[in-house]
Amino acid sequence: MSVPSTSLQTSPSGIARLRARLAAPPEAAKRVQFRRPLLPWLLLAPQLAVVATFFYWPSAQAVISSFYIEDPFGFGATFVGLDNYADAVGSSEYIRIAGFTVMFTVIVTVLSLAIGMLLAVKADKVIRGRPAYRTALIAVYAIAPPVAGLIGMMLFDQHIGSIVRFAALFGWNMQVGLSYWDTAFAMIVVAVWLQIPYNFIFVLSGLQAIPSAVREAALIDCRNGLRRFRTVILPLLAPTAFFLMIINITYALFDTFALIDVMVKDKPANNPITLVYKVYLDGFRGNDIGGSSAQSVILMAVVLVLTLFQFRYIERRVHYG
Amino acid sequence: MASIDITGVSKIYPGAAGRSVTGIDLTIADGEFIVLVGPSGCGKSTLLRMVAGLEDITEGEIRIAGRRVNDLEPADRDIAMVFQNYALYPHMTVRENMAYGLKNRKTPRDVIEARVAEAARMLELGPYLDRKPRALSGGQRQRVAMGRAIVRQPAAFLFDEPLSNLDAKLRVSMRGEIRRLQKRLGTTSIYVTHDQLEAMTLADRLVVLNGGRIEQVGTPLDIYHHPASTFVASFIGSPAMNLIDAEVSGNRVVIGDQAITLAAPVQGIGGPAVLGIRAEDLHPAPSGLLFRVDLVEELGAQRLVHGHVSGQGLTLALSPAHPLSETMTIAPAGPALHFFDVGTGRRIGDTAAARTGAGVMA
Repeated sequence: MSVPSTSLQTSPSGIARLRARLAAPPEAAKRVQFRRPLLPWLLLAPQLAVVATFFYWPSAQAVISSFYIEDPFGFGATFVGLDNYADAVGSSEYIRIAGFTVMFTVIVTVLSLAIGMLLAVKADKVIRGRPAYRTALIAVYAIAPPVAGLIGMMLFDQHIGSIVRFAALFGWNMQVGLSYWDTAFAMIVVAVWLQIPYNFIFVLSGLQAIPSAVREAALIDCRNGLRRFRTVILPLLAPTAFFLMIINITYALFDTFALIDVMVKDKPANNPITLVYKVYLDGFRGNDIGGSSAQSVILMAVVLVLTLFQFRYIERRVHYG
Repeated sequence: MASIDITGVSKIYPGAAGRSVTGIDLTIADGEFIVLVGPSGCGKSTLLRMVAGLEDITEGEIRIAGRRVNDLEPADRDIAMVFQNYALYPHMTVRENMAYGLKNRKTPRDVIEARVAEAARMLELGPYLDRKPRALSGGQRQRVAMGRAIVRQPAAFLFDEPLSNLDAKLRVSMRGEIRRLQKRLGTTSIYVTHDQLEAMTLADRLVVLNGGRIEQVGTPLDIYHHPASTFVASFIGSPAMNLIDAEVSGNRVVIGDQAITLAAPVQGIGGPAVLGIRAEDLHPAPSGLLFRVDLVEELGAQRLVHGHVSGQGLTLALSPAHPLSETMTIAPAGPALHFFDVGTGRRIGDTAAARTGAGVMA
């Protein structure tokens, strides 16, 4: 009695073990293994060093110095607690610039996303000369922001700028660098122009990821092209659009620095700037390291919130493939 | 419910040297189930897509219910299509998928609800109405795709290889389901497939396409028993019809160094021809052709015996009860011989002897 019962009882676990062995290929075939535990860290070291030196260390420095008022000549620092933050947030100038930054970010994000999407949808339909169109639209992306800023400045130049002359036809005396809103207009135009290709590339690839049969089914189900786009294409593009929204917000907040710098540097008048530019102005021009640090910590917090939002909300909704 | 008239339809893709579809003439009666069958690249899908409006019609005319549709948008043609990879809208639930086409046509809400409920009942999709397509199996997705077509109550259903993504067992049951639904609804249907078995079992009439042209149109049995060309003979039926080179003179058919004598002379043929014999029409006989066996495939109900006669390959379908030996003497049972022109491959010399099948030659 005892012998068959044990063999019966062990057999299922034996099968399970066999199955597990079949399911999991030998470890060695799957991943490279290091004999010594130090080697992988050694191989990672250069990258970790770069990240630590250029990202974490400055960030930590910024957080620390945001609690101090530093002597402009670097002779000493006084701990002031949250005074720097209170000063920053309490100043009417900061609030005004923050307001402009929000407006700038919203307009740039919405416009560059909308125009990029429109161009991608249109370029997706082009059959003849498709590569030429796409190259022309993507090429702008290869222009570095400062260069784009320079080109933008030329287009908006008081004497030779073609956009200024064009505006003059309608009686608009555009004075970029002098008039607050004219400069804002030029900044937004150039920032949008620069970001369109990026959005174009992503939306175009998003469009091409939509199965052609689904589009064709929609063609049979819905006569109205606009409605078809709104009810089928746009929802399927939503993951791409959400991703781009985050990227565009980050772009408008931070990556437009060089462009703004070219546009407003050495201009006498009261020109619009964004918060990032103010951090730079206060820190490197005004030598107010503490205040500038406090502002950049606030910006870091904004980015942190954006990133969390992306991870928690968007990443969950995106289903790749 | 409508007839479909296809007149002189051709397709030339921009930049292509020749026609992908050439001079198609086809009249489809109201309620008929037409299957377009052929190897890949034969133009069957292109033809279907031209009916759907997903491809431009380069030449010719297509009428649905008497109305010329050449310049109509797909949505205005009153057709519904079932795609190979289902083409469901991934962001909509099953219910929304089915209702979408009706909603866009401003169908009253209660009508939409009634039709979706009816289709869900017919296709047993009731429990899945609020699921998204990604939560469904392949077979369920294909049923949703069919439901989406059914609720529209269109003039015609267009099926583009709807079962080829399913596994073999599901394919057979879905095949029956499609056939039953179509009979019940009586909707004119065009069905594209490369699977000759699917084509045979579904079709009221088969249209065999090859190289963008129609090779033959007819009922499945008509085409099986009277293939119009060697192409049709080898494409329809499994195993494919045996095609061997022969020399005909009177009632003697010479194959290599052997010959069979027919009861009656073959009319209108003298000299070389391609002889076609179905595997099930060859049987062991006391006298006839010497057949050397190479290989036996056991199918259970029957066995396929591959071998050769005077160096030319032949396949026999035999009862498993029949004893096998390395060499056999075989003869065509009855008068089921087909002859084709050596050059063109077209059917020739239709003897009274060859007319055994049902149906009428066109």
